Amino acid sequence: MSTAVSADVVTLPEAPVRTPRKRWTRFILPVFTLVMIVYLAFPVLVMIIYSFNVIPTTGESERQTTQFTCCTIGHWSGIFKVPELNHALLISIGVAFPSAFVATILGTFLGLVLARYTFRGRGMTNFIIFLAIAVPEIVLGSSLLAMYVQLGVSKPFGFSVPLGYWTILLSHIAFQIAFVAITVRARASGLDRSLENAAQDLFANPRTTFWRVTFPLILPGIVAGFLLALVLSLDDFVITNFVNGSTNTFPTWVYGASRLGEPPQVNVWGTVLFTVGIVVAVLQVVRTRRQSSEA
Amino acid sequence: MGQAPAEVKGHIPQGVELPPARAGERALERRRRAAAYLQLLPGWLYLCVGFVIPLVIIVYTSLTTSGLFSTGGNATFSWHWANYSDGLSLYSNIYIRSLVYAGIATTICIGLAYPMAYWIAFYGGKWKSTLFMLILVPFFVSFVIRTVQWNFILGTDGLLFGPLKNHGLLSDSFHVLRTPIAVIAGITYNFLPFAALPLYVALERIDHGLVEAGKDLYASPSVAFRKVVLPLSFPGIFAAIILTFVPATGDYVNAVVLGGTGTTMIGQIIQNQFLEAHQYSIAAALSVVLMAGMLVIALIYARILGTEDETLAAA
Repeated sequence: MSTAVSADVVTLPEAPVRTPRKRWTRFILPVFTLVMIVYLAFPVLVMIIYSFNVIPTTGESERQTTQFTCCTIGHWSGIFKVPELNHALLISIGVAFPSAFVATILGTFLGLVLARYTFRGRGMTNFIIFLAIAVPEIVLGSSLLAMYVQLGVSKPFGFSVPLGYWTILLSHIAFQIAFVAITVRARASGLDRSLENAAQDLFANPRTTFWRVTFPLILPGIVAGFLLALVLSLDDFVITNFVNGSTNTFPTWVYGASRLGEPPQVNVWGTVLFTVGIVVAVLQVVRTRRQSSEA
Repeated sequence: MGQAPAEVKGHIPQGVELPPARAGERALERRRRAAAYLQLLPGWLYLCVGFVIPLVIIVYTSLTTSGLFSTGGNATFSWHWANYSDGLSLYSNIYIRSLVYAGIATTICIGLAYPMAYWIAFYGGKWKSTLFMLILVPFFVSFVIRTVQWNFILGTDGLLFGPLKNHGLLSDSFHVLRTPIAVIAGITYNFLPFAALPLYVALERIDHGLVEAGKDLYASPSVAFRKVVLPLSFPGIFAAIILTFVPATGDYVNAVVLGGTGTTMIGQIIQNQFLEAHQYSIAAALSVVLMAGMLVIALIYARILGTEDETLAAA
């Protein structure tokens, strides 16, 4: 190669002509991706289809069968027919919204501060948040249970903590905070600091600066964090299963019922929640699209 | 606080000379920092109560002599390391099985997720986010429900094998459910998005110019991939391993719903010892071992990539 460099006329080897791949191999990856998307969606499809399954009546309670017989809308019209399921759903919603709300407030401050200040203990805080996300749910669940039991046994505050709604709520907030914090942190760290300085140069006090400049800019991060917390709470099984006592949320009830075969209303409710999730996600995407196109 | 009043920004009477722009800045900075600690406090306190203290308590519980419930609440702390040796000797094979299942599932997850994330990130064009959304959409359905659906799919007369058996393509005794394959398949399915997400984030931010540059330097597509794309996606791969392997090792829903007697995983043991046998100290020890393993992996990750890496943050 060194001789070629010193020569007056450098003759380069023929550059490879980059023609788009014409061979059949170029279809491998797209087809593979498509297959994967179908694979991932398949159980959801099964869930939806089985919500229309005709179930041979055996006794008073209907239980889902492996055999699929088309089709009935009876489970959809009888969507409220299983009282325990209704109750579990109410508990799920009753936990998800307040916990997501509290976690969003606490997590937003954490994320915001982590993104914009250097302070003593910042590395530690980051590491704890990282741990809270990486820790296996079973470890967190069992630890929380150990804490509640320990509180009940040694009574340092003079009262015991009965397992149930409140322990579920407190535990959910505990794991949601970290997720909200990183979502907000990601949004806030991309923020242009000079916008706030500009506001302050225009004599806005810190509070006005926060509400008129900072807050609107990080709002998409906060909303995303809230939705994430909501979904995590609605979906959580492992931690809830440790701290719920005899109170059931939707996932723990389905888990318990699945041992005997779950009623078809589970498929119906699963489909309903799925649809709501899709609608919210699409709305969120559209909203951010519109915002970014405005900017 | 004895410095120039920081509130000068508020109301400035006419005719008063404005302080130079930088005068209040240092005081402002100090106030900002105090405000930072103040904003941090509630979240920090909650993380302590809801996360750090429970972890301390479970370590404490793992060193008590007997279960809290079994003795009517008279557990005594006595550096009882025997909980660990007992737990590990009793359940070592189950720990190993959990690690093997999780290892296989993680490998398959990354093997499946990487090409998919790669194609979407590099060739997805304007459909990128929509395509990626399609991957995440199924996960709006509860984890438990999705896992239960695999019972219907993999079941003996289920959607997949039922028709094959009816046509005599499979022997009647063929079954997947209640075998390790079903459990690993379930884990793979459930944790695939956790692998796909960081991989996608890592691949998506690779500068295509770098790949072009590689090709301009006569790298074949496969060499360009190996020498440019792959190394740049290492943070994503590592994050994918953490997000998949760690939770998969502790998972027990898949083993309960899809597995049988020979597929018990450590999560089942921990759950069982805590919630049914009420053997708190030994269950706590088993849990702490799991946590320690996780901590080692997490520390390696933090050392290599830092705790603020966006790859994990995005996931």
